Amino acid sequence: MPSTRDIRRRIKSVKNTAQITKAMQMVASSKMRKAQLAALAGRPYATLMNSVLANVAADAVDFTHPLMAKREGGKHCVVLVSTDKGLCGALNSNLTREALKFDKDTTIFVCAGKKGAQFVARNKRNLAAEFTYKDAPLFAEARAISKFVQELFTKGEVDSVEVLYTNFISTLVQKPESQPLLPIGELKGVQAGVPHGNAPALETSGLEFQFEPGADQVLGALLPHALNFQIYQILLEAKASEQSSRMVAMKNATDNAKQLIKDLTLEYNKLRQANITKELLEITTAQMALG
Amino acid sequence: MATLKLEIVTPDAKVYSEDVDMVTLPGVEGEMGIFPMHVPLLTQLAAGEVAVRKGGQESFLAVGDGFVEITGESVSILTDMAIKAENIDEAKAEEARKRAEARLAEHLDDEEVAAVNASLAHSLAQLKVKRRSSK
Repeated sequence: MPSTRDIRRRIKSVKNTAQITKAMQMVASSKMRKAQLAALAGRPYATLMNSVLANVAADAVDFTHPLMAKREGGKHCVVLVSTDKGLCGALNSNLTREALKFDKDTTIFVCAGKKGAQFVARNKRNLAAEFTYKDAPLFAEARAISKFVQELFTKGEVDSVEVLYTNFISTLVQKPESQPLLPIGELKGVQAGVPHGNAPALETSGLEFQFEPGADQVLGALLPHALNFQIYQILLEAKASEQSSRMVAMKNATDNAKQLIKDLTLEYNKLRQANITKELLEITTAQMALG
Repeated sequence: MATLKLEIVTPDAKVYSEDVDMVTLPGVEGEMGIFPMHVPLLTQLAAGEVAVRKGGQESFLAVGDGFVEITGESVSILTDMAIKAENIDEAKAEEARKRAEARLAEHLDDEEVAAVNASLAHSLAQLKVKRRSSK
């Protein structure tokens, strides 16, 4: 049976926890708004780039590029986009569950975010590189990752590359998804940015495009750029997911702490009342014995 | 009279989306003037100045590197920077230019040189547009 003092102490410690989780919830919700806006702002660019690529794809049938080369061979690279910090609900464990499905021997991992790198090290997978990205992902950070995997691919160290990340669907729903990155395969298949289901269907205009300076040069510059941008958009989506998930997790933690405080306070009051009744009883019994 | 639908989009936002009469833009192989009914063309964009003519009035934007897709009815510009002339802060751009030039004087690796060159081109483009519109 805990004493009233024990319960008071517990109430105090739960209150402190609630205060911290509440503060984290506030921080996450303000960051979430920014991250969501950034993720949404990138979508028109992605849509336009997709339509440009779809339009020119029809005209550049015989165009080839090292990044489009399809190779037989099982060597596989996964870009794992996780978070740097924990306390964001099941986000990272959902991601790593997907990551475990890849074959241990033929897959190498490229990580963005510390949690993913820790997971790869703990499970003794092959880690090729670890990148960081900030709360507001920069295009340069995305370019670094993209350049690294493009080099791995063109050097023939891996035969295919895909990205595993958490797609931001809404504040309450984030889904781990994997998206193939390389080889590009057909030009038509290039998707700059993230498919969202409700994206408008691409229409090809059926026009014959001219290229200036030349098709090779323009597309040679356009393809790596499209990949860079795809990774950038993925980082934005991952960041929005992280902040949303953290906000929801912290909100739950705060609610639970509040409920706990309520229960403990009730218990404390009951115990206090029981003590008073007991003392009263003792006093009256003593008086009756004397009288 | 036929018009062109001009769209300028950066990774951060859709900067411009209007029907215009004519667009002059800096291609990698020199300035290009685009009128409606232009042949479909895909080209690379150099950092510089985009001039837009609409209803007899000209307005200017500073843009960074990127790509342009031209069809008979529309011009779509994908670039990493686009700022309207009235939003350019000349002092800031000038400062950025100086900073970039100072950085170039230091010893840098290729990747950094490319990044600094890009930001230098951005500030130069902004300055060019700003000085023209304030004349």
